[in-house]
Amino acid sequence: MQQLGDGGLPDTVPSSADSDTSNQSKVKILTEAVKVFYADTEALHSVSIDIFERTVTALIGPSGCGKSTFLRCLNRMNDTIENCRVEGRIELDGLDIFERSVDPVQLRARVGMVFQKPNPFPKSIYDNVAYGPRIHGLASTRSQLDDIVEMSLRNSALWDEVKDRLSAPGTGLSGGQQQRLCIARAIATQPEVLLMDEPCSALDPIATSQIEELIGQLRRNFTVVIVTHSMQQAARVSQRTAFFHLGNLVEFGDTDEVFTNPRDERTESYITGRIG
Amino acid sequence: MNEDRHIDSAFDKDLDNVLALLMTMGGLVEQAIRQSALALHERNTELAEIVIRNDRQFDGLLEEVNTAAVNLLARRQPQARDLRMVVSVIRIAQYLERVGDYAKNISKRSFTISLMPPITPSTGSVKRLAAAVQASIKDSLDSFVQADSEMATDVIRRDIDIDQMYNSLFREFLTHMMENPKNITPAMHLLFVAKNFERIGDYATAIGEQAVYLVTGSMPADVRQREDWTPYAQQTEVEGG
Repeated sequence: MQQLGDGGLPDTVPSSADSDTSNQSKVKILTEAVKVFYADTEALHSVSIDIFERTVTALIGPSGCGKSTFLRCLNRMNDTIENCRVEGRIELDGLDIFERSVDPVQLRARVGMVFQKPNPFPKSIYDNVAYGPRIHGLASTRSQLDDIVEMSLRNSALWDEVKDRLSAPGTGLSGGQQQRLCIARAIATQPEVLLMDEPCSALDPIATSQIEELIGQLRRNFTVVIVTHSMQQAARVSQRTAFFHLGNLVEFGDTDEVFTNPRDERTESYITGRIG
Repeated sequence: MNEDRHIDSAFDKDLDNVLALLMTMGGLVEQAIRQSALALHERNTELAEIVIRNDRQFDGLLEEVNTAAVNLLARRQPQARDLRMVVSVIRIAQYLERVGDYAKNISKRSFTISLMPPITPSTGSVKRLAAAVQASIKDSLDSFVQADSEMATDVIRRDIDIDQMYNSLFREFLTHMMENPKNITPAMHLLFVAKNFERIGDYATAIGEQAVYLVTGSMPADVRQREDWTPYAQQTEVEGG
């Protein structure tokens, strides 16, 4: 179990259920004493977490605990909120993301995001996925762009379902397909980290299973941080879990440990359904 | 069991129900051990008959506990301590069913033993062993239901005493058999009875370990020294001892 607030590497490589976690000990995102203020109100109190490369890290906790606020810090989405101020240190591969030289748009190309509600653009399936690569200039020819779109749709497990109707509007897909389209859109810019804010909360159980299966596959290439209200989902998809309560990071450790033998009473109470 | 209750009170009822079933089974198993020891000591074959007949109920209770526990797992997806409790309940029910079998085996032998002359003072030693084992089973179940890891650790430690009592009985019976070959048949039966009691003690330890697991989330380190030397007993050792 990592000591909260020390910001360093844990003593041992986490022993998660999956064995293909050779990169797990490499810190992809380091966060140190991160505080978030909305005007004068401190919403997040000094959070320090190491997010390992090619690992799924789940952020859990009751509504208003600060987990989404923390997630949005990781690609500076909080910059877009008026009166919101972030303190502390966040490093992506050792780079301070708050440095003047860091362009938030470029940062978000490296740290993609998928939201709670599927929000495809009112464009074709193809254009939804091609949008990011186009504005970031990732493809110089049409065929290169075609390749990126196909690869992204394949990686989001949607290709077989849409390959014959790429010009159809993205908004015409089912909820689960729309969410996978949003994942394809997010990974089309070839990010290194994928942030997911309750990606399944608007989906039925089948679509949820498809997204969870996808998260397991995405981990081979991406570092995933997921906020979820479903404890079972966190237990199923993640290797590391952080529990937030009232703006505090209460516990952070291997998912196996957190869900079978949490160290903190508040974590225990929350995951067993005793506090809301 | 937990002082604070679940937000969904039906979850508490389900957990309480599973635990109540286990405790019912535990109470009946305790009774079976007590009756089998009494039937043996008082040469009461009617009581032995009751123990044998009652053993069937443990199979039914085991199934009831397992069904309730599996339903709870499916419906509630318990986590953390709740999860450990349900997993432990499933294990303990299995242990109790085995303990019921041992009580039945003891009662079966007590029929034969009742037809033979008593071997004094060894029968008193068997009675003391039975009492120690009964107390261990009771305390192990109490430690689980009260989530008392100290009490559970005490039960685990006491298994050393039970093993030592069994070891000394082993020596006693060997001595009786060497003294008089007529003692061989009753002594052998009593030795099997003693071994059954000693095995029940091992299950009390296993239940105590589940109580520690429930409280701490990990199995206790083995606090006992291996006290059973009887598998290695040789003629010279017995003569010397």
